Amino acid sequence: MGKQTLSFTLNGEPVSVETESHLTLLQLLRDKLELIGTKEGCGMGECGACTVLLDGKTVNSCIFPAMEVDGKNVVTIEGLTDAQGNLHPLQKAFVEYGAVQCGFCTPGMVLAAKSLLDENPKPTEEEVRHGIAGNLCRCTGYIQIIQAIKAVSGQI
Amino acid sequence: MEEFINVGKRIPKMDAEEKVTGKAIYIHDLKIPGMLHGKILYSPHPHAKIKSIDTSQAEKLPGVKAVLTGYNIPPIKFGVYKDNVPLKANKVCSLRDEVAAVAATDPEIAEEALDLIKVDYEILPGIFDPEEAMKEGALLIHEEHVGGKEKKPTNVLNLPWRLIAGDVEEARKNSAFVAEDRFKVTWVTHCCMGTSGCVAMFDLKNNLTVYSITQIPSLEQRDFTDALAAMGLKGKKARVIKTMIGGGFGSKLDTYAFEYIAILLAYKTRKPVKIIFSREEEFFATSPRQPAIIDIAQGCTKDGRLTFRDIRMILDNGAYTSWGATTPSVMMMPISSLYKVPNVRYIAKCVYTNNTYSQAMRGYGNPQATFAIDSQLDILAEMAGIDPLDFRMRNANTPGEVTPQNFKINTCGLRECIDAVAQKLDWRQVRGRKDGRGVGMASLIHVGGGARVYKSDGCGTIIKMDDFGTVNVFTGATDMGQGSETVIAQIVAEELGVRVEDVVVTHTDTDICPWDVGAHASRTTFVAGNSAKGAAKKVKDQLLEVAAKSLGESIENLDIRDRTIYSKKDPEKKSPLGKVLRAAHYTAGGSMVMAEYFYDPNNENLDREFKGNLSVTYAYGTHGVEVEVDKETGQVKILRYVAAHDVGRAINPMLLEGQVYGGATQGIGYALTERLILQNGKVMNPNFLDYKMLTAKDVPNFETIVVETNDQFGPFGAKGIGEPGLVPTAPAIANAIYDAVGVRIKDLPITPEKVLAALKDKEKK
Repeated sequence: MGKQTLSFTLNGEPVSVETESHLTLLQLLRDKLELIGTKEGCGMGECGACTVLLDGKTVNSCIFPAMEVDGKNVVTIEGLTDAQGNLHPLQKAFVEYGAVQCGFCTPGMVLAAKSLLDENPKPTEEEVRHGIAGNLCRCTGYIQIIQAIKAVSGQI
Repeated sequence: MEEFINVGKRIPKMDAEEKVTGKAIYIHDLKIPGMLHGKILYSPHPHAKIKSIDTSQAEKLPGVKAVLTGYNIPPIKFGVYKDNVPLKANKVCSLRDEVAAVAATDPEIAEEALDLIKVDYEILPGIFDPEEAMKEGALLIHEEHVGGKEKKPTNVLNLPWRLIAGDVEEARKNSAFVAEDRFKVTWVTHCCMGTSGCVAMFDLKNNLTVYSITQIPSLEQRDFTDALAAMGLKGKKARVIKTMIGGGFGSKLDTYAFEYIAILLAYKTRKPVKIIFSREEEFFATSPRQPAIIDIAQGCTKDGRLTFRDIRMILDNGAYTSWGATTPSVMMMPISSLYKVPNVRYIAKCVYTNNTYSQAMRGYGNPQATFAIDSQLDILAEMAGIDPLDFRMRNANTPGEVTPQNFKINTCGLRECIDAVAQKLDWRQVRGRKDGRGVGMASLIHVGGGARVYKSDGCGTIIKMDDFGTVNVFTGATDMGQGSETVIAQIVAEELGVRVEDVVVTHTDTDICPWDVGAHASRTTFVAGNSAKGAAKKVKDQLLEVAAKSLGESIENLDIRDRTIYSKKDPEKKSPLGKVLRAAHYTAGGSMVMAEYFYDPNNENLDREFKGNLSVTYAYGTHGVEVEVDKETGQVKILRYVAAHDVGRAINPMLLEGQVYGGATQGIGYALTERLILQNGKVMNPNFLDYKMLTAKDVPNFETIVVETNDQFGPFGAKGIGEPGLVPTAPAIANAIYDAVGVRIKDLPITPEKVLAALKDKEKK
């Protein structure tokens, strides 16, 4: 199996890492870089728990080849808090609106919400629902997640 | 009205920050030095004899440290009926039967090793329909299993669920109207977003530690201690440590083969062994909610008073036995006690098949039974020519009632719930249009004050305080996302006169935390809450005793508010908690501020006739929906959804709403979209593309109504609310569909195909 050195920006910092060519981005993040905030819910790109941002857009890292992040910008949940450890407004809203129960879908859900608001700062409720429709949650019924996102976009 | 500082507040879940930043450690994230990875080989046949297993090639693969089969493990038996073993020898009975297991240095190597194991099977015919399996002469799943008075071999389990109250036959004769129907419910599964897994390890003295995601730490510890004895390690200790749990919903109420396999591999290799399920395994190798065939009859008088309820039920148990086989004990609750019904008969049979074996799932049988009861209530109301709203009001339970199962109802907000739903939906105006839009409602009863399933329904709490006023609470309760640690912290803070942020709740380690029977039966807020409250009261008494000396005030004049002990008589006499604590610790002959409390509610085991006051108090609720049915496609769209619940008191309204939203969403899935498709025992849709969980685009904006009846036995008046949110969902939707287009769907899920077929049938008539 071939090895290759990947260079990309991860949570604002440049990284260079030697990796096997068959790895998924999720394996690279979790197993090599020990960024365990990105979760594997299905391994088939169907549940969104492994969502990360690649150049600002959401990708399912569990089916995304690690090789393809070379030269690109990756943001994981660990990259959302600032240097002092302050929570991102979306993270704060998720906490305050009860959008977190078991929390397994939460990192992916927060990143999907971030991608949505970065592109569309004032989404309608329909657009919010559409924006997180690729991220499954079994605990919350999504309602408080939707409320949290609407709160950040100044719509509650 | 009492004024509370912490109770009744929308306080965020204590671990939410950890979770929202990705710092929370789930079982999948756990790494221990030297850890090996375990994988399981499952049977490719639902029913077959194992003729031989050859593991020699797998053992030779570099990186493989152990290979186990049913032929080289000690005789561990597990499950509710002790009819299961970690690895099967001689015979497999379902497609999730574990045949061999490998531990290797890497998960990929372990997977590769599975491919090298050669198993020779002699295929046997399978039986997948419980009605077939019940027939005389049917082939036997477990040849050694006997039942009935004659002790004859049978597939019917020796669990004769049978509840009789009053005289159903006589009541039937005297009824003005009688409805008789067959309802069917199917397999659905928990779909925890975090898949199953564990890490098992032994120390040098052969004491076992298992990192686990169980809902029953103390009972799991006991199961593992039994397993150690079976392994020849009698007297060795088992410790269960929980990581964050990625969802429970009843799936983790039992111990499972994969856990015993990890233990056996760890013992064999002397290394920590981790097993993590893939999503596919999670779909086919965990235990779902079982299907049931429900034959139900109910009758009423001319003026719409229920006269009897008569139910026969057949449940597909699958190949082995977990708590799924005991769901009839909870089904008895709505059958006997949802609405006032004087004469009741319920007989249920659980039957072995070659399907996957069933487990309880949120609601524990209640959603299945309530679907039949409350759907048929509308049928009966129509026969009697009474508005379903009035019909329900006429038969609604009331405080002080003793039900035919001998449940003693204290507080009961059912009428308020029915009324609130009707008001919100504008019931009188919108019902009966039959124009493609319609409304429906259904109600629920559930245990709200614990449930004496075991001999004990208890939970322990230990509280200690440090020099500065931090309150450490060690509880037996389990948090799997529902927020019990936060609710417990609120209760302790309220009782002790401190703030929630002063309280640290530890609930993860059987070596540290007191005993508890587990997170089931919506019991945690009530039982663990009362336990925590009791411990906090004792700690408070200790603090006041120390302060009484230093302040020169009698104990009865002292109280604690906002971290300060003060005299109710003389507000000048006061002392911050930290100072009192340091006085206790540093004074010669000092004392430690620490207390334990065990709360075991005053409820009853069901007796031989399955009667008894199972819970200290009961939770009620009513859901109402407005739907639109597309007559061209059969699609059902939920336009409005109102959920009213008698919760006793909302300790944390935000977390409570989360339970109702999440529950109702699972309920809508149960009603409309979710179905684990089994064909000859094989799960045909083991993925989220084909198993239709609701997404953010599918959920309605639930309108919740909280009815506070302030139960005298609940902690600050609270009842349990974990399960009720999904109980009445399916019948409420089925009733609304009937109101919209006049078709009655009696089997779940109510897919567009079924609605369309029913509409076509109706046209023909």
